[in-house]
Amino acid sequence: MIFVTVGHQMPFDRMIRLVDTWAGQQPDTDIMAQIGTSDFVPQNMEYQKLLSRQEFDACLQRCSAVVAHAGAGTIIQVLGCNKPLLVFPRLGRLAETRNDHQIGTARHFADQQQLLAAFTEQEFIQKLDELALFRPARAVGPYASPELLERLRSFI
Amino acid sequence: MKVLAASSGGGHWVELLRTLPAFAGNELHFVTVRRDYQADLDQAAGFYTVTDATQWNPLRAALLAVQMFALVLRLRPELVVSTGAAPGYFAIRFGKMFGARTIWIDSLANVEQLSKAGRMAGPHADLWLTQWPDLAQQDGPEFAGQVI
Repeated sequence: MIFVTVGHQMPFDRMIRLVDTWAGQQPDTDIMAQIGTSDFVPQNMEYQKLLSRQEFDACLQRCSAVVAHAGAGTIIQVLGCNKPLLVFPRLGRLAETRNDHQIGTARHFADQQQLLAAFTEQEFIQKLDELALFRPARAVGPYASPELLERLRSFI
Repeated sequence: MKVLAASSGGGHWVELLRTLPAFAGNELHFVTVRRDYQADLDQAAGFYTVTDATQWNPLRAALLAVQMFALVLRLRPELVVSTGAAPGYFAIRFGKMFGARTIWIDSLANVEQLSKAGRMAGPHADLWLTQWPDLAQQDGPEFAGQVI
């Protein structure tokens, strides 16, 4: 199963529409999408507006790959499960989020080969086809880096 | 020590959870924006929810401020820590007002510039951290590692 998530705070119709179009050409692929407050109604994949925390975690465990917006929380959670991830950053100029910060997040993690990132719609469709074969460069542990934890402890 | 850990939803909450080993052994209270996040926590921890004010909607931000003020007034935390965004800003400001020490950890999502909430809350925090070395400044946030 491919798990698709755009978080729950803001719509991301552009990405959901693209994945749905792609899904229409993949009859054998099982897809589950959390579409948040998006208005677009998917025709070719299973979806829910908002999954509970428990349902979200269950989808994350069950899936073989994840397609998501480039939210830091989503990225951290998916990398923590060591699953292949394709991110498509929300754009500030299209009011998909408040500014272009997701582009920086996506670029950083893609440079480290932790995930696939697509910055155009064409690239996104192309990378959806490549996602099954991608593996993140390294596993991410459950907690903050020892350096950060130590800094917090010494302050406390 | 009584610790109030504040964050909004999504990444901010995920990042906050990853810092928890640093606060082990203290009396922990959490304030966030979704009830189901309580499942992520130890049952002994205090848990409260406030209004989400994504995008700084003025009406919601005002309601959030009132809710956070009431909570801080009641709890009187000795330490306030936040990973953002709006709930964290108010928790830091009110915590400071009532004598708490305060920590602001700017989100990992802010690679190229500090968050708006971070620029507002950071100067009021006793420990102001960024997760990106390039964003560290002499009179601003310090870099001391990341939540991953």
